[in-house]
Amino acid sequence: MESLQPISGPWALIAMSLKVTIIFGVLVLVVAYSTLAERRVSAWIQDRRGPNRVGPFGLLQPVADGIKNLLKEETLPATASKAFFVLAPMFVLVPSLMTFAVIPIAAPLPTPAGIVDMIIADVPIGILYVLAFSSLAVYGVVLGGWASNNKYAFLGGLRASAQMVSYEVALGLSLITVLMMSGNVTLTEVVWQQQQLGMWFAFPLSLAFILFVISAFAETNRLPFDMPEAESELVTGYHTEYSAMKFSAFMISEFGHMVTASALMATLFLGGWDLPGTWDDAFWHEGQLIRGFTQDGVIVLANPAWWKTVLTFGGFAIKTSFFMLLYIWIRWTLPRFRYDQVMALGWKVMLPTALAYAMLIGGTILVLDEVGIRWGFSYGLALTAVSGVATAGFVFFLDRGRTIIGAAGQSRQKVSITGISQPATAGD
Amino acid sequence: MAISVKVMNRPDPEDTSYLRAALSGMALTFRHLVNPSKVTQQYPEEPTDLSPRWRGTHRMEVHADGRPKCVACGLCPTVCPANCIRLVGGEDDQGNRYPIVYEIDEFRCIFCGMCQEVCPVEAIHVGQHFENAEYTRSRFVYDLDRLMEQDHPTTLLWDPSDPSSE
Repeated sequence: MESLQPISGPWALIAMSLKVTIIFGVLVLVVAYSTLAERRVSAWIQDRRGPNRVGPFGLLQPVADGIKNLLKEETLPATASKAFFVLAPMFVLVPSLMTFAVIPIAAPLPTPAGIVDMIIADVPIGILYVLAFSSLAVYGVVLGGWASNNKYAFLGGLRASAQMVSYEVALGLSLITVLMMSGNVTLTEVVWQQQQLGMWFAFPLSLAFILFVISAFAETNRLPFDMPEAESELVTGYHTEYSAMKFSAFMISEFGHMVTASALMATLFLGGWDLPGTWDDAFWHEGQLIRGFTQDGVIVLANPAWWKTVLTFGGFAIKTSFFMLLYIWIRWTLPRFRYDQVMALGWKVMLPTALAYAMLIGGTILVLDEVGIRWGFSYGLALTAVSGVATAGFVFFLDRGRTIIGAAGQSRQKVSITGISQPATAGD
Repeated sequence: MAISVKVMNRPDPEDTSYLRAALSGMALTFRHLVNPSKVTQQYPEEPTDLSPRWRGTHRMEVHADGRPKCVACGLCPTVCPANCIRLVGGEDDQGNRYPIVYEIDEFRCIFCGMCQEVCPVEAIHVGQHFENAEYTRSRFVYDLDRLMEQDHPTTLLWDPSDPSSE
């Protein structure tokens, strides 16, 4: 019989080394293949076929890209600030890959030496660690833009800093509701509370989910928020002067951010590795791996199994890939926002909405606790109803079209100011 | 000349909705994403469809006994705007004229197809073929034997009475 104790001693060291190696390796592999996925999906959306020449179905394309980038000439602009120019890609790359360390990827795995948690570092500051490291990446972008000594790169870096700071506010505020629900900042506990609630946070916190997704798009500098790159305005923005592997490092970090943000969205709002039903639930409660409590508060022990770990990892992978596909899908659908539209959306819409929603959810939780409803399915349903109303109101407000006015709205405003009458009907 | 201004018929901003437009755009891109018919031609594996009027590599028509149909009348080198045809005519015992030398420089040729149009015996043709890469420049001067070896379909001349080739 396998022991239900956490793995300890020298075996813990081995397990940790294996976990770090495997998770990091798989993460880098996923990042490499997401570049291929981006190119294939964009091609399919545009009725093309995409890269399919290197290896079967083009599956060796990332390898070919890597070799090409390694063999390419590294350029160093004569007027660039050399030390920072070299440092910037590292500053971007490292945080984007480190963030993954606190995300639980599957149910605990039982081994003869004890139970292994499927997470690299179950640190008690979980979400704070994610926020800290994801905001570190902006330094690399700003540094790269400034050190290039190129006006386009510099503008890209400036835009990146303003945009990432703006949307981090909305991101953090939409996270507050998740923290209020889970009562803790560790991501394992966030997953556990979703298992206990009987529904994923995407339903009881639907508006926070929407705000988080939008903010995550802005934080990862993906279209329609790719102001720092904006190739039609700024050449390619902050990495204009970079070539070969340094440029590749920026690209890897962009996709690394996407994978991490997708995994984070899956963990916070779609239950992480949780699959429907209570058969896979597992959480360390006072030194015991438990599956839940009975009505009287008696502990029900979990029975971990390797097939549960595999299945839950599959669920986590599917949820993460869904968000990756969403990223790519939206990129190849929506045009880039104008800069003032980005700022208006961030400060005038996202921030007040997130603030009001946090107060609403806080109040609802208070009322539910006062009424005495137990943390469970009915608790979630009540919150889902409140959130549904809030989401409907938010969508109704956005749908008025006042948020992001197109070019027509701008020209019409100008015309009315100068008093020149516009033709009532269009004609040539 | 007066400046003309084209007023675009843009939707009223009061009626537009970014959200609805974005969602319908995503529905559109998703339909294209799952649509299996793609426009890319897998060229080396799938042969390209050439128009019947495509003017490519030349070919010389031959009689049943293997002689070229050319009668060395000299019309094609005369009409050729790029001056890429070299023709030296000869005459056999029965007084039939035939080409001793007939060379076409495919690099100089501009593929106007006038040689085919002017030929009185329908001997020289431009053809529906373009894959004629070689390793040396000299290989691009096609001599008579090589022109006779070509077996791709010949180009359909444009008929003024049937402008769309039906």
